[in-house]
Amino acid sequence: MKVVIDGDICQGQGRCFSIAPSLFDFDDLGNGVVLGDGTLSAETLELARLAQANCPEHAIFIVESS
Amino acid sequence: MSDIETKRLVSDFATDWDHTDPQWVNDPYPIWEDLRERCPVAHTDRYGGGWFPTTHEMVSSIANDTEHFTSHQVVVIHTKNPEGAPPAPMGGAPPITSDPPFHRIARRVILPAFAPGPVNALEGQVRALCDKHLNALGEAREFDAATNYAQFISPGVIAKMLGFPERDEDLFREFVHLVLDLVDLEPAVRIPMFVPMTEYFTAQIEDHIANPRDDFTSYLLNVEVNGEKLSPQHVRGTMVLTLVAGIDTTWSAIGSAIWHLATHPEDLARLVAEPELMTRAVEEFLRFYAPVTMARLVKEDFDFFGVPMKKDDWILLGFPAANRDPEAFEDADRFIIDRAVNRHAAFGLGIHRCAGSNLARMELRVAIEEFIARYPKFELADPSAVTWAQGQVRGPRSIPLRVLA
Repeated sequence: MKVVIDGDICQGQGRCFSIAPSLFDFDDLGNGVVLGDGTLSAETLELARLAQANCPEHAIFIVESS
Repeated sequence: MSDIETKRLVSDFATDWDHTDPQWVNDPYPIWEDLRERCPVAHTDRYGGGWFPTTHEMVSSIANDTEHFTSHQVVVIHTKNPEGAPPAPMGGAPPITSDPPFHRIARRVILPAFAPGPVNALEGQVRALCDKHLNALGEAREFDAATNYAQFISPGVIAKMLGFPERDEDLFREFVHLVLDLVDLEPAVRIPMFVPMTEYFTAQIEDHIANPRDDFTSYLLNVEVNGEKLSPQHVRGTMVLTLVAGIDTTWSAIGSAIWHLATHPEDLARLVAEPELMTRAVEEFLRFYAPVTMARLVKEDFDFFGVPMKKDDWILLGFPAANRDPEAFEDADRFIIDRAVNRHAAFGLGIHRCAGSNLARMELRVAIEEFIARYPKFELADPSAVTWAQGQVRGPRSIPLRVLA
């Protein structure tokens, strides 16, 4: 599984990198970005789900790694 | 005779809402809950006519719909499309009053200054400001946490950012009071009151042109978009926005958090004992006491969730009401200090997400951290003396507090 942020939906609410700084960072405009390739372990999957559940814009998706 | 001259108290908010009615100002939450159950879109003929949707789904839908709703005016007043106001798509205070596609340009100009990097660099300054005002309280065991503490934090930060003299803080609070609180005044009374504010900004702009320095005002005067500087109207509008949006919003959030802790000793004790709760507590303060309600105007007649909206109807866009919707939040009417899942809309939703949200959140966190470190136990000295702001920004304007041993 991997986590992705849809940059067209993200408005820079700032919740993801506050909840899960090990998975997310921010760009120069304050929008969320995924660190690395977003691949999740069993442990970080829970954290990614928590960030997803707190994103007011529903911009975070957890998808099958391809 | 209009209701501007003799204001009628509201008897039914479903058909005659007024967000400046004393009942709404003192405690709007039961009103919103009632409306959500039986409307859920309330109407008023006041202010020239408008709607108040109360569910999260509707608020989110409007916030994300720039095709049917314009942000040209975001504060409900008696005048729609006033003469002399900067026209769409920029509006008077870009980017908050701007619509796409201009909105994106105006927003990109300001976002870098409010991104987490630059904001985090201000934390030490905010902490020092909090300490300064706490030190000024000395050994006092009773004081007003709104007028002696909360209201000083955000003006100090914003004044420094814009490069305005900190000693003009009282003026800034007057300006903000005019723009955001005195919204129900008759236009003939209200409009001339803007003159001192306009003159103040003119003087600051002239001073910054003559003496450029490293602050947000000089940045706005010099920044180029596609090789061109911003228009003077654009610069002024964004400066006004920064001052107005950056002051009593945050100070209201700080005040509401202190009021909550003063009236909920179990939450205060937990926050003192478990400082790691602060991140979640801040988000719950923001959800439960979201200070900011926005507004839109309907662009053209259209049907919204079965409601026949007309061109130029107001929409009072209640993010605080959305945050209490039980369809969107478990135990929506309960303050849960360690709420793990909290998709609140305190900073708005969609393209107009509060540009200063990172700054506001940091100021709120630091102001509460410093306050409870200094005063781990306190209560209201006089609950009946607590007063709340009128208008689209809600927060306590007086919090008489007693420090406990």
